[in-house]
Amino acid sequence: MYRYSDFDAAFVAERNAQFRAQVERRVDGSLTEDEFKPLRLMNGLYLQLHAYMLRVAIPYGTLNSAQMRQLAYIAERWDKGYGHFTTRQNIQFNWPTLRDVPDMLDALAEVQMHAIQTSGNTIRNVTADHFAGAAADEIADPRPVAELIRQWSTDHPEFQFLPRKFKIAVTGSPNDRAVTKAHDIGLRMVRNDVGEPGFEVIVGGGLGRTPMIGKVVRDFLPEADLLPYLEAVVSVWNLLGRRDNKYKSRIKITVHEHGLDDIRARVEERFALLRAAFTGVDQQLFAQIKSDFEPPAFKDRDVAPFDQAYANDPVFRSWADTNLSAHRAPGHAIAQISLKAHGATPGDATADQMRVMADLAERYGYDELRISHEQNVVLPHVHKADLPAIHAALKAAGLATANIGKISDIIACPGMDYCALATARSIPIAQEIATRFDQLKLEHEVGDLKIKISGCINACGHHHVGHIGILGLDRAGVENYQITLGGDHTETAAIGQRTGPGFSADEIVPAIERIVDTYLSERDSADEAFIDTFRRVGMTPFKTALYGESDKKQKAA
Amino acid sequence: MPAKFTPKVVTANALLEGDVVYLTAADTWSRHLTEADVLTDEADAQIRLIDASARVNEVVGVYLADVASGQDGPKPTHFREAFRMRGPSNYLHGKQSEAY
Repeated sequence: MYRYSDFDAAFVAERNAQFRAQVERRVDGSLTEDEFKPLRLMNGLYLQLHAYMLRVAIPYGTLNSAQMRQLAYIAERWDKGYGHFTTRQNIQFNWPTLRDVPDMLDALAEVQMHAIQTSGNTIRNVTADHFAGAAADEIADPRPVAELIRQWSTDHPEFQFLPRKFKIAVTGSPNDRAVTKAHDIGLRMVRNDVGEPGFEVIVGGGLGRTPMIGKVVRDFLPEADLLPYLEAVVSVWNLLGRRDNKYKSRIKITVHEHGLDDIRARVEERFALLRAAFTGVDQQLFAQIKSDFEPPAFKDRDVAPFDQAYANDPVFRSWADTNLSAHRAPGHAIAQISLKAHGATPGDATADQMRVMADLAERYGYDELRISHEQNVVLPHVHKADLPAIHAALKAAGLATANIGKISDIIACPGMDYCALATARSIPIAQEIATRFDQLKLEHEVGDLKIKISGCINACGHHHVGHIGILGLDRAGVENYQITLGGDHTETAAIGQRTGPGFSADEIVPAIERIVDTYLSERDSADEAFIDTFRRVGMTPFKTALYGESDKKQKAA
Repeated sequence: MPAKFTPKVVTANALLEGDVVYLTAADTWSRHLTEADVLTDEADAQIRLIDASARVNEVVGVYLADVASGQDGPKPTHFREAFRMRGPSNYLHGKQSEAY
């Protein structure tokens, strides 16, 4: 894992000291809220519906056990004993008081963490494939790239007052687990015809009120050209981006308005100028960073304990079948820890659970943990022989739910239970859907199905790219939920299509049930996943199941 | 024709804790909607809003929220204000966890 240099540590310490003084000046009245707000946002501090919220970056989703334990400590000392993991690999604390935040930031700095650029019109926390460095299908580890981008973008003088926020995601696998096509810039690590490493650069993706799938602006960018090229893209947008209208300010709109070819030409022109300014220091730094991400020394051991538990323990077998993924090293597996126990709040972990996960990582997992954008925790490197013990420990902590990728593994934003921007609640809908399908015992029969819920048009819950997307709105003072079908967050990314009129909070779970029933009756075999059935049969049978045969009713939206 | 003025309360978040607060008849901030001063005159409401907004060392994000009168004082008319008054629905946190 990357370790802070003296420069990094001094930078974070200085920023924390500045923010401590800014909080003091806000409290004593020297700063107004208008003056203070941009300063607190630069340090990840929001004011939500019921309290302040501190959003802490988990760069490229990677944590060690000491960091996870410190998050547990912060949750207990200054919050209500839990934290909420988000779709951008951050953790949010929902209940800090203003005066405590500087101490929380200092506690984070002790374990080389911070909340810088988790908010505001800057380049945000760079996200990456949560299986990075472990996945069997990986070409290269995307985390050194993400760390390089973090260092380049942190406090970058040109990019502190961008037209709007700017999000970058990196994947090193052909199977995209980082939703790169829904980011302002998505980077796919590829190799060219002669085997040289580089990137496919995707630009202008995004969800929100105007969802767009990103477009390839450069098929192959040599590895060494990454930073000047990124700087060219961001600076072109920084000039062109709409500052007159925040709904049109993201780069997806700029690309849409100017056209990909025009943007590409401007970027190439700017890149030609900037490239000379990068003297190779970035590449020296990149080489150093890469050495921090050397894989652990995987031990080759007998997997018999795994085979034995798998054969004899049906609960373990179900968990292993659902929550494990292929690891690159023999005898190893990637284990996902579901933060989606049926009826629980998606993405929440208590301080005790964080400590259990930290202990497991330290004891069995080469001291590594990951946070996925799907709001689960990952033990990226575990030997199969240790999985029975890991499973037992998870079970005791309420963390052994076998539902990864299934209908109850729901992404949900905080919604109107916490968020000041929300137009409806998300969490209770997720809780009810998970509880309902658990009661029906249909989860494993239904198979792979991604439900994603957002409590407003900003789409933090990624509803546009859910196989089933749910968007909570305020319709004349009542919560109302629109459904989209057919979204896809992977390398074959697609925006879901609206089914028709929305449903009330009471009607939404039965509506989801009708959709699932329709899938079960339409699929050609148990091997055909929901998304494949939807692609084959189209919207019609689902519409009929939701609204009946009447055309009029469908038009009543 | 302008819309008929509906009863309102002045509400905000407390600067230090972030808690939802309401302006009382005595111009103090209360954590409880039931203690809020219900404003039925538009001109009065605007002045109270301006004065409350100037109290920048006490509160953040001051605005007027619609209320209806109930047996125990004002109650929210919109679900957002109901959640602000109560707290989140997934845990017994926030105001609903505090003894009245």
